[in-house]
Amino acid sequence: MAHETSAPHEQAARHDPVYDELHASDDFAELRRRYRAFVIPATVGFLAWFLLYVVMSNWASGFMGTKVVGNINVALVFGLLQFVTTFAIAYAYSRYSTARLDPLAEKLNARYEEAKGAQR
Amino acid sequence: MDHQVLTTILFLSVVALTIFVTLRASRSSSGTSDFYAGGRSFSPVQNGLAIGGDYMSAASFLGITGIIALSGYDGFLYSIGFLVAWLVALLLVAEMLRNSGRFTMADQLAFRMKQRPMRMAAATSTVVVSIFYLLAQMVGAGTLVALLLGVDSQTVKNIVILGVGVLMIFYVTVGGMKGTTWVQIVKAVLLMTGSALIVVLVLAHYGFNLSELLGAAASNSGKGQAFLEPGLKYGATLTSKLDFLSLGIALVLGTAGLPHILIRFYTVPTARDARKSVLWAIGIIGVFYLFTLVLGFGAAAMLDTSTLDTAGNLAAPRLAEEVGGGAGSTGGAILLALIAAVAFATILAVVAGLTLTSSASVAHDVYNNVYKKGQATEKEEIKVTRIAAGAIGLVAILLAIPAQSLNIAFLVALAFAVAASANLPNIVLNMFWRRFNTRGALWSIYGGLVSAVGLVIFSPVMSGKGISETTGKNQSLLPTSIDISWFPLENPGLVSIPLGFLFGIIGTLTTREKASEERYTELEVRALTGAGAEKASSH
Repeated sequence: MAHETSAPHEQAARHDPVYDELHASDDFAELRRRYRAFVIPATVGFLAWFLLYVVMSNWASGFMGTKVVGNINVALVFGLLQFVTTFAIAYAYSRYSTARLDPLAEKLNARYEEAKGAQR
Repeated sequence: MDHQVLTTILFLSVVALTIFVTLRASRSSSGTSDFYAGGRSFSPVQNGLAIGGDYMSAASFLGITGIIALSGYDGFLYSIGFLVAWLVALLLVAEMLRNSGRFTMADQLAFRMKQRPMRMAAATSTVVVSIFYLLAQMVGAGTLVALLLGVDSQTVKNIVILGVGVLMIFYVTVGGMKGTTWVQIVKAVLLMTGSALIVVLVLAHYGFNLSELLGAAASNSGKGQAFLEPGLKYGATLTSKLDFLSLGIALVLGTAGLPHILIRFYTVPTARDARKSVLWAIGIIGVFYLFTLVLGFGAAAMLDTSTLDTAGNLAAPRLAEEVGGGAGSTGGAILLALIAAVAFATILAVVAGLTLTSSASVAHDVYNNVYKKGQATEKEEIKVTRIAAGAIGLVAILLAIPAQSLNIAFLVALAFAVAASANLPNIVLNMFWRRFNTRGALWSIYGGLVSAVGLVIFSPVMSGKGISETTGKNQSLLPTSIDISWFPLENPGLVSIPLGFLFGIIGTLTTREKASEERYTELEVRALTGAGAEKASSH
């Protein structure tokens, strides 16, 4: 840790140039693109879907009170659908990241470990 | 044997069990990585259970059941919001935090910022959120025990609060993260099993026909079909509708900003394991919140809800007594005692997580990185964590005793609102906005924190609601002679969360201070690939 005292602690820690290399690689650009291609639409989607549920509960209570079967109404079905979509998005992300993100991340991480090994 | 004796025995068994697992876990602990992150060697299933144990608080179990029992469908919003929130944690936070941080929320937030001011800010927000949350749990414990033992005495409540305080200091100082994690795993298993049992018994009573259960709840509540529709609690006026919206947003955005949830992602070997543990947690938590629906409507259908306490906190244990055979029966006494003990275990696990989080932040961020400029040894840091745990425990005990008149759900909702306003904007801007700099980050944390707490002070929660016509009690915290309220909503999220983001953006753009390009590059690479992430300790 002694070598770090030369850099003032006020600033963030020292920078390792290996990160610049990785950052500039095509693999990294592709990994970031794939990550964003999933999480941005998914996040916008589930937040909008949840807000729709809250707004409908507030301002469309007549529709929400419509009975579907027995005492089960639209509001209950809508609420339970929020559970279904949450489970579905979580499952889809798990599948997507295993197939499309992890291999690239592992590859880049291996390059990092290799560079680190060479420095030692 | 009457239920008081049985309840006491089961309570003591729960306490003994948690002490046992803490002592067992403490044997294999050494160094900061073990103490703060459990050696990063928990499996995804274990961590998923522990996340559930950390998250499903007494406010969820007792509070949501109570709200649904008293106000019907509107209480379901809590269940849904608390669950959907996990997608924010899964998609945007868990893996990146595991890859770029070490022990605390501040590790990630200060990654590319000026260390000392940033860590101070993050530690402040960590402690504030955790203390509000702690108070809710401790007040809940006092009320629960006093009511179940059938003694409405202030002394008993104070003794319980003192006892919970001493236990949480014990878990953290002796067991560290390993002990705390095992307490949370045990609690999650107890809570899931206990509530599943009651759910099955309730459903069996209605021939496993949900529609019939709902019908019984609607007619027994005296409110008819309106009980099954949104609007009973929040639908009266535009203000109450906006409050509902504000609450929903705070719940969904707050979870991924709760420091005691965030540090759980450090306890697994890799970011992939962090992702898997969130998936397990979503499964467990999702099933649990489906249970709350049955428990809440079950209580409305089977109990005379006018005899419950005004917040409905006793709906779950009373329902257990009813499905076990009713008051006075042996089955009823056993189930009542069982569910009460489960609720107590729930509280213990959550307070342990909160105490660990806040004391770790005081030691790692404030003591080591701000005061010692990062030069403290691991031994010194752990020693300070233990001292901080004792101090925070003491502060929580001293605050909880006068705070007993506060509503539990209010305290928890406030913690979520502060987390969503001060922490989440920072986590998101830090990860996704290259230009974001130290000043923006500081403005965002302090601005979000002050807006959330400030708006509550000037809300109807503090003053101006007046005397309730039905109960004759003052509905606000301050005496009725004082009215400083001008902000109409009880939950500040609708205003304070956008303010948190806005402060971050304005603070960033109005200074010439340059963000560290190099460190942002490093953060991005680390967060997405795990290159250079902290490794699991090998033993």
